Amino acid sequence: MTLDIFAPRTEAAPKTEARPATKIAVRHLDFYYGNFQGLKAINLEIAERRVTAFIGPSGCGKSTLLRTLNRMYSLYPGQRAVGEIMFNGRNILDARVDLNMLRAKIGMVFQKPTPFPMSIYDNIAFGVRLYEKLSPRRMDERVEWALTKAAMWDEAKDKLKQSGMALSGGQQQRLCIARAVAVKPEVLLLDEPTSALDPISTAKIEELISELKADYTIAIVTHNMQQAARVSDYTAYMYLGELIEFGATDELFLKPSRKETEDYITGRFG
Amino acid sequence: MHEPIMQTTAGAIKTTIGGPRSRAQVAAAKMPDPKQKTAQLEDLLFRWITRCFAFFVLAILLGIIGSLMYGSLPAMQRFGLGFLVSSEWNPVTEKFGALVPIVGTLVTSLIALLIGVPVSFGIALFLTELSPPWLKRPLGTAVELLAAIPSIIYGMWGLFVLAPLFADYVQPWLIKTLGATPLIGLLFKGPPQGIGVLTAGFVLAIMVIPFIASVMRDVFEVVPPVLKESAYGIGCTTWEVVRNIVLPYTKSGVIGGIMLGLGRALGETMAVTFLIGNAHQLSTSILAPGNSIASALANEFTEAVGDVYTSALIELGLILFVITFIVLALAKLLLLQLAKSEGKRT
Amino acid sequence: MRHLYARRLLLNRFNLAMSLMTMAFGIAFLLWILYTLVAAGFNAFSASLFTQMTPPPGSSGGLLNAIVGSLIMAAMGTLMGTPVGILAGIYLAEYGSRGWLAPCTRFINDILLSAPSIIIGLFIYQVYVFQVRHFSALAGSFALALIVIPIVVRTTENMLRLVPDSLREAAIALGTPQWKVILMVTLRSVRAGVITGVLLAVARISGETAPLLFTALNNQFWTTDLNAPMANLPVVIFQFAMSPYNDWQQLAWAGSLLITLAVLLLNVMARIFFRQATPK
Repeated sequence: MTLDIFAPRTEAAPKTEARPATKIAVRHLDFYYGNFQGLKAINLEIAERRVTAFIGPSGCGKSTLLRTLNRMYSLYPGQRAVGEIMFNGRNILDARVDLNMLRAKIGMVFQKPTPFPMSIYDNIAFGVRLYEKLSPRRMDERVEWALTKAAMWDEAKDKLKQSGMALSGGQQQRLCIARAVAVKPEVLLLDEPTSALDPISTAKIEELISELKADYTIAIVTHNMQQAARVSDYTAYMYLGELIEFGATDELFLKPSRKETEDYITGRFG
Repeated sequence: MHEPIMQTTAGAIKTTIGGPRSRAQVAAAKMPDPKQKTAQLEDLLFRWITRCFAFFVLAILLGIIGSLMYGSLPAMQRFGLGFLVSSEWNPVTEKFGALVPIVGTLVTSLIALLIGVPVSFGIALFLTELSPPWLKRPLGTAVELLAAIPSIIYGMWGLFVLAPLFADYVQPWLIKTLGATPLIGLLFKGPPQGIGVLTAGFVLAIMVIPFIASVMRDVFEVVPPVLKESAYGIGCTTWEVVRNIVLPYTKSGVIGGIMLGLGRALGETMAVTFLIGNAHQLSTSILAPGNSIASALANEFTEAVGDVYTSALIELGLILFVITFIVLALAKLLLLQLAKSEGKRT
Repeated sequence: MRHLYARRLLLNRFNLAMSLMTMAFGIAFLLWILYTLVAAGFNAFSASLFTQMTPPPGSSGGLLNAIVGSLIMAAMGTLMGTPVGILAGIYLAEYGSRGWLAPCTRFINDILLSAPSIIIGLFIYQVYVFQVRHFSALAGSFALALIVIPIVVRTTENMLRLVPDSLREAAIALGTPQWKVILMVTLRSVRAGVITGVLLAVARISGETAPLLFTALNNQFWTTDLNAPMANLPVVIFQFAMSPYNDWQQLAWAGSLLITLAVLLLNVMARIFFRQATPK
């Protein structure tokens, strides 16, 4: 495994393959914080089993967009979304949607590692126990599977009973990824997952993302353009609440079709 | 159905229904999922349970006021407003008046503040500006320990240690010096008994000092360092910085802290009961024994015979509660105002 | 100009000296009180304190029934008051951002926190003791519980407010129902702080006399009957100290030392526990 974080991706889904299926379709999405409009008429499609990155300067709405995908904003009165987000044939903005089930299928990892105040084992088991009744042996297997998927099994297997908060920052974040993966979601939303981590942990997690996309649809918000270029298949460039350009990562970075995108990518702006 | 999470109303989330396909899907989605329903019910239930307990706290307050008023009715009907100004207290003829206990409560609290506030200020000043860092924590803990000592201990110590000292040394000295001056001398007449209003007030002072000092210290520490630095920068001495920058900035908090201490002093029972002398008499001298509302209750309630006697004592309790409530409410409002202006200024 | 400057310096020195003196004043009294307690209490200390009951005047005895009575009522008061306090605190912190109930409750709670404890005793007398026509340890426990509640509400709310929203969101993101998020993640993460609050409440009620004066009263003899008056240390101390009997006064000092040791120990333990259990 190379730690050279500036090395470009070598393995890749062939760019010439047939268009992948759409997992989440965002149609004409508006978002409001009170009277302030944070997102304006967003239209995009998140491809199944691919990594889609949202990039843009601070305040452009990329985190806002990500947080609509699992209705996280619903926790806060005064924030509302108007439009359609189609997932598995249903509009998740509908008031009748069961949010708990939705979030079991669309998981999220946050910028700040947030281990629960319990042992590593329980951190992972907590989410699983919400939805499945597993025998102790099956639960052990699930925990091991999740930690392995997060490339943490070897480091954690002797420490399962220790508190999750006793891990290093990078380990905590991988624990959060394991926790999200353990409930077997269909989609993973990553909100700047490495911005609080050191470069080596960052590299490990980027490698993880590349492996995870074989099984999961991933959407990642990042303020680090190079990271987007490294890990994602599709990229959306946003500015001031609008989607400026969306396309295959290689094309967007090499030959952006909008001048605003080009300015941002070349560092002339932002 | 609405969300299990907090307060978003369903109407706040608008949906644009697209083509026929989504309409059918939406119709199909109307079937409630049983697991979803139980989860929502559980959340609603939990929220209501916690709400009930919050109500309970409110109910306690209302209960206190209500039950006290109910218990005071006989006395209120018998004595009316004159109760507040009569200094009579005769269980035999069943004639009661609240003046002596009210005055005693107010005077002891006043003495406590007169002595306690400057001392608390000095302690807060020391802890924030003068103390070397390694000393701050132990001294702060010591102050907090003073606050933790139960009232009855202060009563014991006051009665057996301080009162004799006062009787033998302090009070004779006071009588000789201040007692000889005109006007103020009236405050210091009479035999040096040791127990009495002054001693009670003094011990009360020691009891409220940790409270007032804590609030003052917390409030002093909130002053932005840049403000103080700009004063030091033009050559102010430490005292001048405190007097001209820190104090005006923390004015509301300081007053709030003092009122908090006052609230405590007003309601203090055991220490005062031990030391005030339980005498239903008014006197201009603070060396004389007297009574406070709390000590009258403590001493006499279980022995009170007859409805009127008991009711008079309960009315005393009501008066005390009302006074403390007002003082504490004002203190809270002041401290809230400080917190609000904090947000505006920084 | 120099005269003015010298005066400023002098004023500064004077005030700082006064400040030092007040600090010394405070510490001196603390030490004086503790010393008195230890000296007088130690004298009266003996094993019989823990083996014999409170005696009639003129004979020797101990404080066993009072000690046990205090323990029982403190335990019951804490058991009754803590759940109420925690749940109300949860409401204030987690559900309290809208509506009138939360700010109102918070305000009232802070007033109850500093309300005269004798009024609490009077209240329980009115609504319970008077109705059932007898004093009891149960009534005493009710009164103590009413003192525990505001303390626990305050500390629970303050602790819960310290929990960053990102932790709550992380649990929500897994699809956890709100009530589980609160109980199993948010509350759990500040477990240490809440326990500390409870310990401090216990320390506070251990020394309270006034609320027990008209509720649990006192009992010269041993009893574990919750429906009867029960002996307790503070009221025993009160009774014995104000009496003219020397052996009673001795017992009062011993009891005072016991209470103070318990209270200070609980305070120190609470602080150490909090510091240790809080990571970083």
